[in-house]
Amino acid sequence: MIPSAVPPKYKVEIDRDRCMLCGRCVVECSWGVYRKEKDRIVIYPNRCGACQRCVVMCPRDAITVRRNITCWRDHPLWTAEVREDIINQSKTGCVLLSGMGNAKEYPIYFDRIVLDACQVTNPSIDPLREPMELRTYIGKKPKKLEFEFVEEEIDGKKIKKAKLKTKIAPNLKLETPIMIAHMSYGALSLNAHLAMAKAVKECGTYMGSGEGGLHRALYPYADHIITQVASGRFGVNVDYLTRGAAIEIKIGQGSKPGIGGHLPGEKVTAEVSMTRMIPEGSDAISPAPHHDIYSIEDLAQLVRSLKEATRWKKPVFVKIAAVHNVAAIANGIATSDADAVVIDGFRGGTGAAPKVFRDHVGIPIEMAIAAVDERLREEGVRNEVSIIASGGIRNSADVFKAIALGADAVYIGTAAMVAMGCRVCGRCYTGQCTWGIATQRPELVNRLDVEEGARRVANLIKAWTLEIKELLGAAGINAIESLRGNRDRLRGVGLNEVELKALGIKHAGF
Amino acid sequence: MENDEVVVIDAKDMNYRELNEKIHEVLDKNPKVKKILLKNVLGQRYIGNGLQKKDLTIEIYGVPGGDLGMFMSGPTIIVYGNTEHAPGNTMDDGKIIIHGSGGDVTGHSMRGGKIFVRDDVGYRSGIHMKEYKDKFPVLVIGGRAKDFLGEYMAGGMILVLNIDKEGKDLGKIKGRMIGTGIHGGSIYIRGEIEEFQLGVAADIKEFTEKDREKIKGYIEEFCSYFNLNEDIREKLINSEYTKIAPVSKRPFGKLYTHDLR
Ligand code: SF4
Ligand code: SF4
Repeated sequence: MIPSAVPPKYKVEIDRDRCMLCGRCVVECSWGVYRKEKDRIVIYPNRCGACQRCVVMCPRDAITVRRNITCWRDHPLWTAEVREDIINQSKTGCVLLSGMGNAKEYPIYFDRIVLDACQVTNPSIDPLREPMELRTYIGKKPKKLEFEFVEEEIDGKKIKKAKLKTKIAPNLKLETPIMIAHMSYGALSLNAHLAMAKAVKECGTYMGSGEGGLHRALYPYADHIITQVASGRFGVNVDYLTRGAAIEIKIGQGSKPGIGGHLPGEKVTAEVSMTRMIPEGSDAISPAPHHDIYSIEDLAQLVRSLKEATRWKKPVFVKIAAVHNVAAIANGIATSDADAVVIDGFRGGTGAAPKVFRDHVGIPIEMAIAAVDERLREEGVRNEVSIIASGGIRNSADVFKAIALGADAVYIGTAAMVAMGCRVCGRCYTGQCTWGIATQRPELVNRLDVEEGARRVANLIKAWTLEIKELLGAAGINAIESLRGNRDRLRGVGLNEVELKALGIKHAGF
Repeated sequence: MENDEVVVIDAKDMNYRELNEKIHEVLDKNPKVKKILLKNVLGQRYIGNGLQKKDLTIEIYGVPGGDLGMFMSGPTIIVYGNTEHAPGNTMDDGKIIIHGSGGDVTGHSMRGGKIFVRDDVGYRSGIHMKEYKDKFPVLVIGGRAKDFLGEYMAGGMILVLNIDKEGKDLGKIKGRMIGTGIHGGSIYIRGEIEEFQLGVAADIKEFTEKDREKIKGYIEEFCSYFNLNEDIREKLINSEYTKIAPVSKRPFGKLYTHDLR
């Protein structure tokens, strides 16, 4: 039962002339908005979250979901949302839980940055005709290359040959700088995971396992999966670590910096319990810190420990939430034998977060990328370690801007989910996702067709990749490498001096 | 002394990577190896990390560094000395026997296998231990544990015997915040524990004869590893223990309310 102490947020209407009483909406809505009573569909609008499943599935297009304009007395400070939250919390005495990313109207810096293009003097490049290099290598790069010369006899002649002496650390080879972020099995359904795994394999890129272990069905895609080690250490054993393409230590996440995770027992089904290696129905708690990490030295120890476990064959990434001190932390990570720093901005999505964290903690990813890139350059280590940015990447322009600000590659999460059908209704934590994405209920999971989902996600990555090529061409660049940290290709519009300084870009007109 | 089944490695002045790679090489070259003796170990980390060989014993003379036997699945490690922090970290299966003390976070996130520590362990030991089906991690501490023992414990068993080297009682356990956030498994401490020493979500439950049966085998095992006589064994088996277990399986279930609009 959803409490109705506050007025319904959405208004659900059925065009009674069109409705044929097929009852489809009753079945499709896992929230219980509809009930069939004799010759009528009865509506409980206070249960609606605007997930749009019914709207899309109604064979008669009879359903309309609209914002319900309840007459709260207007007040600029005490908005309806503020008052609703207070009413809910005063009723329950609990922490408000919510899903998806930050839902407040902070400035979106990506939208106040424009890209530059070439005209005449430095001609643009036609990506349809010229090769565009989008391949990206994520991992440690040597400070310098050393060669040795060996004499070899070829056709009776002694020839001096140069051989690479420097040992190159294992890197991930990406055909496009777009990867799919870590979203755990448990939070997401197996079908969602399978769809994404198929897509990344097809696109020559990678996805994150999240901290839920690795389901057997994903083993065939393991060489395109980055396995995650979070504080709960769920599903982590040597097989899991060696099976994936790389390992990511999750310290924090953009949607809830500074706190841990918690998959409630009711979501720990038999299958989830198997991949997480915990009993069925037991809470899966990831404490806020890793209890074996209390300093950068401890983190370095875990990085090396994971490398030892995999005999230094897998790159190890460290993911942190974007917070104001992110540059210093990233620098510590860069000196720890880690191969990449992942920064997750405050727009990053999640299955469940206390609303107060989701909406108020962390900093914009744009600032964080710029700060980390800048700092690592100052320290002279930027070339040695990769930066992956995530948290609110919505389109190819965001990808492009993130890279120009200093990232090597990005992770997308919500965007991939939207491609699979997600409507960003923000109720993932209930486990009742009508689209079969954030749920373990078999009848809902079955709604997501793996092949179709994979097609959509792959199409999205391909479309963005094409657009990035076009954007590169317009900028007169033919390799993504030359875009990385190339802030001269960016201009701010309507940003103040402090913001421009933080982003390290010029204002339009300069 | 060196034959097919026993290999000795002198770790003197060896970097940890060199030492661990050497162990891998030994195992790769000769899968028949049953025992590896490591001499002069001085702080090298990650020994036994990720090893999966069931019938292998690694004997360590000296003091191994942090994360001893991390991710290990199968082997037995015997340490003749103390260990640095986190021995048995995220261990999957196997055994670690420490003839000395364990550092902080001994048995962190352990999900299977057993750790026996002759003397004391540091802070946050047994933290986040968990169990799954036949995987049941056990941490037996001969002496005492510092604060935060068994925090966030999600399964398995911690047994604190509270005796010194001669088997004499060490007196009241002083550790605090025992079992904070515990939501599975159980902690047995020989002697009495006050309520104020417990963390949130932990509860003192009645110690029954069934519990005594449960811990008996582990006490016997402990005594056999550390050569403790019959009298001490009997005393340990017949002592009174405080059993600490979760208040509920869902300690934080009522903490949240859905923002459903
Ligand atoms: S799905 Fe559409 S046509 Fe069917 S009962 Fe619901 S509103 Fe009527
Ligand atoms: S995954 Fe499902 S529940 Fe979560 S926001 Fe998307 S549609 Fe809503």
